[in-house]
Amino acid sequence: MDELSSGAILLAVIKRFLPVWIALIVTFAVSIRYKRRLGLYGRLFDSTIGMIGFALVMFWVFTALFSDLIVTRDVLSQISGMKNKVPGTPVPDGSGWYLFGGDHLGRDVFSRMVAGSRVVIEIAPLATLFAFMVGITLGLPAGYYGGKLDAGLSFLANLILAFPVILLFYLLVTPEIVETGLPQYIAIVLFLFPIIFLMVLVNSRYYVMPAFRTKVLTLIAVIGGYLYLSLVGEVGTRVAVLPNALDLIHVPGNILIVFVSVVFVNSPTVFRIVRGLTLDIKTRDYVSAAQTRGERPWYIMLWEILPNARGPLIVDFCLRIGYTTILLGTLGFFGLGLSPESPDWGSTINAGRKLLTIAPHPAIVPALALMSLVLGLNLLADGLREESLKD
Amino acid sequence: MLKFLLRRFAIMVLTALCLTLVVFFLTNLPPNLEKLAKSEVGSRITDEAVASWLMKNGYDRPLLVRYGEWLGVAPGWTREDEGVTTGRCIAHGQDPATAPRFCGVLQGDWGYSSFFKAPVAQKLGYHLGLTGILMFWVMVLMVPAALLIGVLAGMREGSKLDRSLSTFSIASTATPEYVSGVILIAVFASSMFGLKWFKGTASGAMDDITFDNFFLPVLTIALYGIGYIARMTRASMTEVMTAQYIRTARLKGVSFGKVVTRHALRNALIAPFTVIMLQFPWLLNGVVIVETLFSYKGFGWTLVQAAGNNDIPLLLGCSVVAVFVVLVTQLISDVGYVFLNPRIRIS
Repeated sequence: MDELSSGAILLAVIKRFLPVWIALIVTFAVSIRYKRRLGLYGRLFDSTIGMIGFALVMFWVFTALFSDLIVTRDVLSQISGMKNKVPGTPVPDGSGWYLFGGDHLGRDVFSRMVAGSRVVIEIAPLATLFAFMVGITLGLPAGYYGGKLDAGLSFLANLILAFPVILLFYLLVTPEIVETGLPQYIAIVLFLFPIIFLMVLVNSRYYVMPAFRTKVLTLIAVIGGYLYLSLVGEVGTRVAVLPNALDLIHVPGNILIVFVSVVFVNSPTVFRIVRGLTLDIKTRDYVSAAQTRGERPWYIMLWEILPNARGPLIVDFCLRIGYTTILLGTLGFFGLGLSPESPDWGSTINAGRKLLTIAPHPAIVPALALMSLVLGLNLLADGLREESLKD
Repeated sequence: MLKFLLRRFAIMVLTALCLTLVVFFLTNLPPNLEKLAKSEVGSRITDEAVASWLMKNGYDRPLLVRYGEWLGVAPGWTREDEGVTTGRCIAHGQDPATAPRFCGVLQGDWGYSSFFKAPVAQKLGYHLGLTGILMFWVMVLMVPAALLIGVLAGMREGSKLDRSLSTFSIASTATPEYVSGVILIAVFASSMFGLKWFKGTASGAMDDITFDNFFLPVLTIALYGIGYIARMTRASMTEVMTAQYIRTARLKGVSFGKVVTRHALRNALIAPFTVIMLQFPWLLNGVVIVETLFSYKGFGWTLVQAAGNNDIPLLLGCSVVAVFVVLVTQLISDVGYVFLNPRIRIS
């Protein structure tokens, strides 16, 4: 087989992404057709910038989703003759091409990039969501009550923010620290917040319907508690609560520490944003009205203040996923946490940078992938901001 | 004003103490100490040998006491062993009677780097100097470029110039240093496009800085910061441009260029000042990434080496520097904002 020309590579790549194109076209067709009924999401399709951003983000989401269909070769298998080969080189046994060339171990760069999107799409949004839960649960009371609580929490948040991120990663994400069980202890604290958040949310709303409230609360406690114990504990480590038969979610120690440290770094910023928004909104008339009605503080915080702070929070959520993606890449770049075999973009850039001047493609491909995802998230945030400011 | 300054300063000292304690705790966890003992004595020693080495070198005492010693507020440990007195503050072969009682960071004794086999203070000083040069050129490139982009974009909101400059700012904030660095090296220093204008490494720049070997690292760090500062400047500029006194000036017949440079600019540049100062902690990240990528042996490179080789005193020294930089820039930005803004300063 011959080496592919750049045009042929492009065609082949576009063909590989076929499931993604179909999914994108369907999403856009449906969304544009019904955009008047879809609220803020629908109005996103009025702004060009927002649409470009959304398309970029969804491209990577669908790529992660269909990555098993898109990859051309196994992510880890090495072919010795394919080391640092240029894009479009045919495989010696004639079974196809390395579309974006081979890396320093003779693995397929294209397949690794596609598989890497899955790592990012799995961790980044979830970690951001957790950071938001922590930030909201602490930021609302800090802004609403003020006083000593606010002073204490703000001091803590500033403490974490004053920590240079890289230093924190280097201190937290090491095998020695994983050995001491410290990440699991941090996880015990951080992962409790989503459960607290949901329970307070339900409790403050349905306090007047005790029967219904108790049912929902028990449900959250049982399901959330099980997930919590299963996620935090792991048999054979320092925190082993559930026996192996019941423990369905197995998170390797190094992935857990990456997740925990990313949540840990993001939460104080979210806290500051939520606190600032609460300080602003609590002076509004509808809050006074609720106070006069005799609503309890948590109801006012979660059902009066929080929904009215959603605009800036949604925008920040998009930006923050991008930032989390950058942080994950940074961790990979320094070889922290994730295994060196892992196809995630940061680790691949790290592996490829050593031969950058001779064979740049193994590093360039994941670098461009990461950049396009973060750019998409930033553009999406910009579009959302523009549209949410219109009313 | 004085009360405000004192209060800020007190909080800063408290924050610094808390942060160094956290770093001290994280670097002195049992596995780290065990690894240190093994690297000093030999990797095949028994657990008892590890314990006795730790005891001999004063690592067996409570964490807070050791933190106090390291900081220089608690007297250094001493030990009598077969008539020979050893201690934290007693140098090898020194007479114990002449040794100082305290030796910590406050006394200027930063410890001895176990990886580089050199005093930490000397090592840090040298590498910080190299990073200082890098940061200087980054500032020279970043601040004027960012302010120019921000002011140009913000003076006519919604214009074509604004749109394109804003998109550029967004793109630059979306490109972390390890991405832009890789792309810049591939384009300008590799055989991929055959440009080879610059060198892909800055290792030569430590002795002799030339445009070839220093421009790419400087540009890489600056690019990430430019977008953020430019967006803040733009926001501040658009706000000022809608103010009443700008309209008054325009209606009086002052030309647009004069309005921008004489009336708007001064007020629009207060907010970016804070942002530029708060960028320092982020630049620190950039420095670590870029120095690793371009193998420039500055502060960031030292931090990576210290962390990678379990060099506890050096890592602690690096953290003190990093925390100090972050806190001082925060203080300057707070005080500077109050000082620059007459509306706050006078009330």
